[in-house]
Amino acid sequence: MSKNGLNGKSGRLDVRKTYKMLIGGAFVRSESGRALDVEAPGGKWLGHVCRASRKDFRNAVVAARKAAAGWASTTAYLKGQILYRAAEMMEGRSSSLCEVLQSVGHSSAAAKSEVSQSIDLLVYYAGWADKYLQIFGSVNPVSSPYFNFSVTEPMGVVAYVAGEKRPLLDLVSGIAPIVVSGNSVITLSTGRSAVAAMELGEVLATSDIPHGVINLLCGLREELVGQMSSHMDVNALVVQGGDEKEHAASREACALNLKRYFLKSQGSNCDEDPYRIMDTVEIKTTWHPVGG
Amino acid sequence: MSPSTVTLNKLNLQAHPVDEVGIRERVARLATRSIKKASKVEGLKLALSMVDLTTLEGADTPGKVRQLCTKAIHLHSGRKDLPMVAAVCVYPTMVRIARKALEGTPIQVAAVATAFPSGMNPLAVKLEDTRYAVAEGAHEIDMVISRGDFLRGDYGRVADEIVQVKEACGKAHLKVILETGELGTLDRVRLASDIAMQSGADFIKTSTGKIQPAATPEVVLVMLLAISDFYRKTGKKIGMKPAGGIANAKAALNLLIMVREVLGPAWLTPSLFRIGASKLPNDMLMQLEKERTGVYQGPDYYSND
Repeated sequence: MSKNGLNGKSGRLDVRKTYKMLIGGAFVRSESGRALDVEAPGGKWLGHVCRASRKDFRNAVVAARKAAAGWASTTAYLKGQILYRAAEMMEGRSSSLCEVLQSVGHSSAAAKSEVSQSIDLLVYYAGWADKYLQIFGSVNPVSSPYFNFSVTEPMGVVAYVAGEKRPLLDLVSGIAPIVVSGNSVITLSTGRSAVAAMELGEVLATSDIPHGVINLLCGLREELVGQMSSHMDVNALVVQGGDEKEHAASREACALNLKRYFLKSQGSNCDEDPYRIMDTVEIKTTWHPVGG
Repeated sequence: MSPSTVTLNKLNLQAHPVDEVGIRERVARLATRSIKKASKVEGLKLALSMVDLTTLEGADTPGKVRQLCTKAIHLHSGRKDLPMVAAVCVYPTMVRIARKALEGTPIQVAAVATAFPSGMNPLAVKLEDTRYAVAEGAHEIDMVISRGDFLRGDYGRVADEIVQVKEACGKAHLKVILETGELGTLDRVRLASDIAMQSGADFIKTSTGKIQPAATPEVVLVMLLAISDFYRKTGKKIGMKPAGGIANAKAALNLLIMVREVLGPAWLTPSLFRIGASKLPNDMLMQLEKERTGVYQGPDYYSND
């Protein structure tokens, strides 16, 4: 790019990308107007991403809460279809996802592999949508004339702090098991993995996932995790990475509204795991009288 | 002369063209004020003390009204520093139930009358509606103007109805609902405000809550300016009640700012300013709890009525 913003070869004006967050289906900048610099591993400047404020997080909670009831009552079959559709959209944009991963330091092969793993993982969890209840629900033996059964229910609004090691895959492996059961989610991506998250936002916005079900923020972990832990309208917090001090503080703050706190391990061997769906569902047991 | 002409001749209706652009700009500037910390807490408590806690559903039951009255008295459990709301606003058939539930408290019972919300009934029916509500024990009557008559230019009839309803109210305070969402322009809002005030309204109120848009800041500002002019001419203080669509604490605080700016501190009292709302108190309570605990709140921990 030349100094005057014109591309030397074509003479066209450069049309550069603004990475925006996804809140309630809308692409927004931080309400605070702040931004962070993102650099490639070599130190090359990549661009700016938003630095979400605590107010942005609260706005996202409002959007997520608004979407939660509708998403929870969507039939399991349809949820599966919608997630599968999102995977289709990712597939269609896999080349730009690969480009973004390469820009933050992945080799071409690593980028390709991470994108296909992410898509496959979404398809994997889409498949569980109408199956996990059969596995995790139960009919319980009781010694009285009751039909006693336990079913799962989504918790509501879940916050997820994604690790930075696998910018796209860590995000998808967190989001998919959370939303498949009917939760809505607010994710936080930090560091240079934020650009991958914002790219994913553009994919999700064109899928059939209802607005507000998936909200993507990027910013500073130390600034936002406290608020994510203490907010009374968040039902669960799932985190990757972070140090012990952060974990201890989060656990304490989560106790305020008995928020579930879950430390998610970072590794490919545990990405495909239906038990991850269990991390963010409640079990409801019903005693139903039977004649006799 | 028909009765409506008599009333019309007594009115002093001057054209007050409203500068819509100016109103919008002033509203936008007032909304940029940010109130934080201790002032926010005081502001929210003041706003809570001005709330007309409202339930106006076809599905209202005595149980629902009693529940609402309990909430009017105890806004949030565990907090003794909160005021009670100013009034409970219900349909006429629920007045007696609300009066009983609120016995011994200073909370007023307001009843909507005059064929609320459309007002599309003969005057005799409207007056009977009003008398019934007052007989049941309503301290305040919220009447609707006949928007149809107003829009076809029969201002005399509109004024006449207000005069007669005021008579039927006896000692009860009269709030006149303009239903600004159906009036169309700010000029008409101003004219309707003038008619209502000159015909004996104690309060003018924006909306029924059944029509959108309702209490937009622009409409509220125009009505406040009308009240201000009326006060300067006659020395009479008319109250203001925005109602409908005021969903969050910030909007409520902005209303207080507007009242303070346009009418001065004398109007910042429940006897001259009310906010009609059903869901609004919970958002204000959440903000107050946030200030107390430092933690952002969720609606799960607040009663629905």
